[in-house]
Amino acid sequence: MPRSRRIPGSWKRIWGVPMSDSVHNEMLRVDDLHAFYDESHILHGLSLAVGEGEVVTLLGRNGAGRTTILKSIMGLVGRRTGSIKVNGIETNRMPTHKIARLGIGYCPEERGIFSSLSVEENLLLPLVVKPGGMPLTEIYDLFPNLRERRHSMGTRLSGGEQQMLAMARILRTGAKLLLLDEITEGLAPVIVQALGQLIGKLKEKGFTIILVEQNFHFAADLADRHYVIDRGLIADLITKEALPSSTEKLNQYLGV
Amino acid sequence: MEMSFQAVMSQVMLGLNNGVFYAMLSLGLSVIFGLLNIVNFVHGALYMLGAYVALLGYTMLGPLLGMPDYHMNYWVALIAAPLVVGALGIGVERTMLRRLQKVDHLYGLLLTFGLALIIQGVFTNYFNVSGDAYDGKPEVLNGVVNLGFMMFPKYRLWVIGISLFVCFGTWFVVERTKLGSYLRAGTENPDMVKAFGINVPLMVSLTYGYGAALAAFAGVLAAPIYSVSPVMGSEMIITVFAVVVIGGMGSIMGSIITGLLLGMVEGFTKVVYAPASSTVIFLIMVVVLLVKPAGLFGKEA
Repeated sequence: MPRSRRIPGSWKRIWGVPMSDSVHNEMLRVDDLHAFYDESHILHGLSLAVGEGEVVTLLGRNGAGRTTILKSIMGLVGRRTGSIKVNGIETNRMPTHKIARLGIGYCPEERGIFSSLSVEENLLLPLVVKPGGMPLTEIYDLFPNLRERRHSMGTRLSGGEQQMLAMARILRTGAKLLLLDEITEGLAPVIVQALGQLIGKLKEKGFTIILVEQNFHFAADLADRHYVIDRGLIADLITKEALPSSTEKLNQYLGV
Repeated sequence: MEMSFQAVMSQVMLGLNNGVFYAMLSLGLSVIFGLLNIVNFVHGALYMLGAYVALLGYTMLGPLLGMPDYHMNYWVALIAAPLVVGALGIGVERTMLRRLQKVDHLYGLLLTFGLALIIQGVFTNYFNVSGDAYDGKPEVLNGVVNLGFMMFPKYRLWVIGISLFVCFGTWFVVERTKLGSYLRAGTENPDMVKAFGINVPLMVSLTYGYGAALAAFAGVLAAPIYSVSPVMGSEMIITVFAVVVIGGMGSIMGSIITGLLLGMVEGFTKVVYAPASSTVIFLIMVVVLLVKPAGLFGKEA
């Protein structure tokens, strides 16, 4: 991505400090987040911040707590403590539907396509939360397969089409903060490439994106910063610039 | 055995008349089970309450308000009972059922069963268990209609017509509209629907309220046909649960069709071998459970 596209030029210096507490135009700030499922304590006082227009990944092994971070932001975990602010608004006590209305689009790992709804019903289900969402015709232009299959039931689609539907669904809502959980998982390389291009385009349009990714190569090209999550905590923060020199360290974290 | 066409058809028509009640009640149970995951054992009591709103509105409301000549009109009752009982249902959902969301189904079943016993017990204490007649049937619906093969009471024809309208209307809203897509999606994955900005808790309350209102509506329709008694619901609900088991929990069209068909089968059995008419539904239930445990229209778990 050409440097000129980054709006505030001073970000790089701020990110130079690992675990930096301040990012420009904070879109999301998580402070001292603890999350629990029943008896198990998944996140142990984790903090992170994401600036407007940034693409950030959460890297880590399976079970490190990355999915739980996204679910906590959406208010979908059993219990959480600490603070999560979206655009400066504290969401810790908010019900999920109100959090979503702050302008968040969530795509879960299992994609969350409704099998009893047609493709078009799936597309139209999410509430339009902010102005400026993509109109249906534009979505169909972007994903011609979905137009063709708009009357099929959701789960009749191939894995790739389901993933496209899951993405298309949140683009219509006008949400500017996207939480994307393992969107490339199990997909053919050509579809992964298409998703990469889509994320690139969204970034150009100023979307803020948090990616949970297993496919490091996919993530490396797209993201401005990488948070490494380990056992419910931030183990490291690696900027795009520091990435080439951190490969060995990363491999260790990820157990590759 | 001599079976005339007329005898069969008239019993089948009367059976259809019972069938629409099965359909309306099992439909409500299905919608509630789908979204709330609760086997709503209080459904029979809500049906009974609907009938009592009509009955007491007719006999007691006037004197209570100091207007001894006021008798709540049947048509008013048809609107008022669903509103009153629907509101009560929403209250029950908000204050009690909501707290059981995260625990096993069994607790919801026990709670609603307990509520049914309490409501029925209170009514048994104050009203005649053998039942009271409802005299508010409107003039226009008196008399009979000639169907060609039989003379059929006008009121029963009205009940069949309006019930079918309500059942298929509900089916249409759930399966074919945007509002219904929220309901179907919420039945499948409520967390995901919440994450899309939709107020699922409100949707749950309204759905339960709608199921309760539907039961009350059926209760008012039943009042002029059956006698209004505190146990009318518990008698009805046993058959309705059999219908739900046969049709398959959670399928809307399944509930409607199974309800109608079983009513007619029951009627037909009355002609063939009358003593079996009250057990035939349960025999069918046993067979269905053995052959297709998820029910005729249910999805295999």
